[in-house]
Amino acid sequence: MSACAGCGLELGARYIMEALGENSTLVIPPGCAALFSGYGKETVTKIPGFQGNLENTAAYAAGIKAGYEMQGREDITVLGMAGDGATVDIGLQSLSGALERGDKILYVCYDNEAYMNTGVQGSASTPTYAWTTTTPGGKQGYRKNLAKIVDAHRIPYLATASIGFVEDFRKKLAKAKEATKTGPAFIHLFAPCPTGWRSRPDTSVEIAQLAVTTRCWPLFEIVDGVLSITKEVKKPKPLTDYFKLQGRFKGISDEQVEAVRQEVDAAYDRLMEGRV
Amino acid sequence: MKRVMLDGNGAATEGMRLARIRVVSAYPITPQSPISEKLADYVTDGTLDAKYIRVESEHSAMSCAIGAQLTGVRAGTATASVGLALMHEVLGVAAGCRVPIVMPVVNRSLVSPWSLWCDHQDAMAERDGGWMQFYAESAQEVLDLILIAYKLAEKNDVLLPAMVCLDGFFLSHMPDAVYVPAQEDVDKFLPAYKNDNLKLDPDDPMFINDLTGSNEFMEMRFQQAVAFDYAQDLMPGVMAEFEEAFGRKYSMVEAYECEDAEAVLVSLGSMSGTIKHTVDMMREQGRKVGMLKITSFRPFPAEAIRELIGHVPHIGVIDRSASLGSETGPVCNEVRSALQVLDKAPEVQGFVAGLGGRDVPPTTIEEAFDTLLNDKTVAAVKWLDVQDNALRLREVDA
Repeated sequence: MSACAGCGLELGARYIMEALGENSTLVIPPGCAALFSGYGKETVTKIPGFQGNLENTAAYAAGIKAGYEMQGREDITVLGMAGDGATVDIGLQSLSGALERGDKILYVCYDNEAYMNTGVQGSASTPTYAWTTTTPGGKQGYRKNLAKIVDAHRIPYLATASIGFVEDFRKKLAKAKEATKTGPAFIHLFAPCPTGWRSRPDTSVEIAQLAVTTRCWPLFEIVDGVLSITKEVKKPKPLTDYFKLQGRFKGISDEQVEAVRQEVDAAYDRLMEGRV
Repeated sequence: MKRVMLDGNGAATEGMRLARIRVVSAYPITPQSPISEKLADYVTDGTLDAKYIRVESEHSAMSCAIGAQLTGVRAGTATASVGLALMHEVLGVAAGCRVPIVMPVVNRSLVSPWSLWCDHQDAMAERDGGWMQFYAESAQEVLDLILIAYKLAEKNDVLLPAMVCLDGFFLSHMPDAVYVPAQEDVDKFLPAYKNDNLKLDPDDPMFINDLTGSNEFMEMRFQQAVAFDYAQDLMPGVMAEFEEAFGRKYSMVEAYECEDAEAVLVSLGSMSGTIKHTVDMMREQGRKVGMLKITSFRPFPAEAIRELIGHVPHIGVIDRSASLGSETGPVCNEVRSALQVLDKAPEVQGFVAGLGGRDVPPTTIEEAFDTLLNDKTVAAVKWLDVQDNALRLREVDA
């Protein structure tokens, strides 16, 4: 299999697979992650998997988990790995259903902030002012707060993660996998997309780190309802450091940068108070 | 074998219980809801050793069922009407991935306008999607066809999902005395499910449902088409096994008084009972009429239909659904196609009746027979019992 040069998801998938181990099963919708399913008769991964539809990753995973449970194979980890479009937009209903029911699945949403596999169309997770082919003038309005929605389901484990902070991600994967013994676990993974973000492939990790250090992508976890920030950012770096590496923010005005600053700081303050 | 009072939904539930489904993913919809509820009771009280997934939509119900069954257990769900329509995308996945799920479909009209009542539009909209379709005339047939469907669907040469269709309210809510087989007898007829084909198992990893190129896609569709041929070949044997085990006889098509008939009406589902009754009445008057009931609509038993009614001069087909923009209804189109290859092909008159739960009484059936016997047939479909002011019903008074 091959991904685009500098693909954040490819890096993320390596850590996910490492954490899961071979006693696992994967559900992937037809998005960028479908690269990891293979083509035609191929089986790319060393674990079994199923490519579902765009809106039902969590439902397939729930069914698979139930099938295993009924055969005494509770030890198999069932992972849904879907992008922001397949999670925040069209897949939100089935995700909500699985989370509310307490299905013991692990769900990783890799967020590259748009529909990348179909050609960079805006999603509910596209950040404010970002260019996409369906937000050609820069997206107006805010991104949907997925963590807040997931948190509303009171699941045992919820975390954000970034491919720019690998150790943090690894720890969270281990905790998430453990949490699936009692209920659903969810990780929202930041995964840069050089193709869609108009960024240089060799800057993906740097961009991912800057997203955190500018407070655009705060790293935190919620364990049994208790929120903690796992990477504190006391003095955020200038947003322009982050934006200038990405063609999708080209032409962003000073006023817009300031508006984003206020927004991300307010969001960070909420997290510091223990709220999503 | 016990004989108990069950409505069609109850019979469907008993069929699923006897098939020992291990995962239930259910979403309520009228008139199917009692199936979801009864299965929940059975799982809760331990009658059924299954996990119950209270899904948030029919789309997820079918997705869960596919996922569960791919791990190697029978998974059950049931639906109706717009719920079936919502499943549409995922029904194709079950078919293409050759997951032999058996699903009761309680037939109900599709919107719009809204209707809670029976017709076959929901299932007919899925007729080309790779699911077998069986239509029951009675609650007993619902139960029996579910067991037959499992037996056939899971054969290695078949591996096709199957809908067992029962008419909303006419069957789903009408209690009848139904023979319920003993579990041990069903276990002999229907052994535990084993998936030898596509499966999700970490001990034997495979990735299922990959993107497939043009060089293979068509071949995989062809495999499904061939599977329907196998299903048709194997069905009489399965039905014979069922008869041997439980004493009730089934066939893909049932001919009633067709041998010397001058006019025959073809039908599906619960309406067939009314037609049989009307045939009896008209035979008493010396009129030579008959009925052909299609139990297996997919696979479509064209050869059997030719054999059973190819000699009948006047044939009518009553569709309980409409194929809008087509010359006639979906079942009629199929019957015409089957018969037109004969040297002296009979004319086939299409009728549409009973949409949105409208009753199809003996008088309506008799009207259809009169049309056939008096040679008043026309090429286009005839809608029976449509009010004279049909085109003015939605006009607003000035």
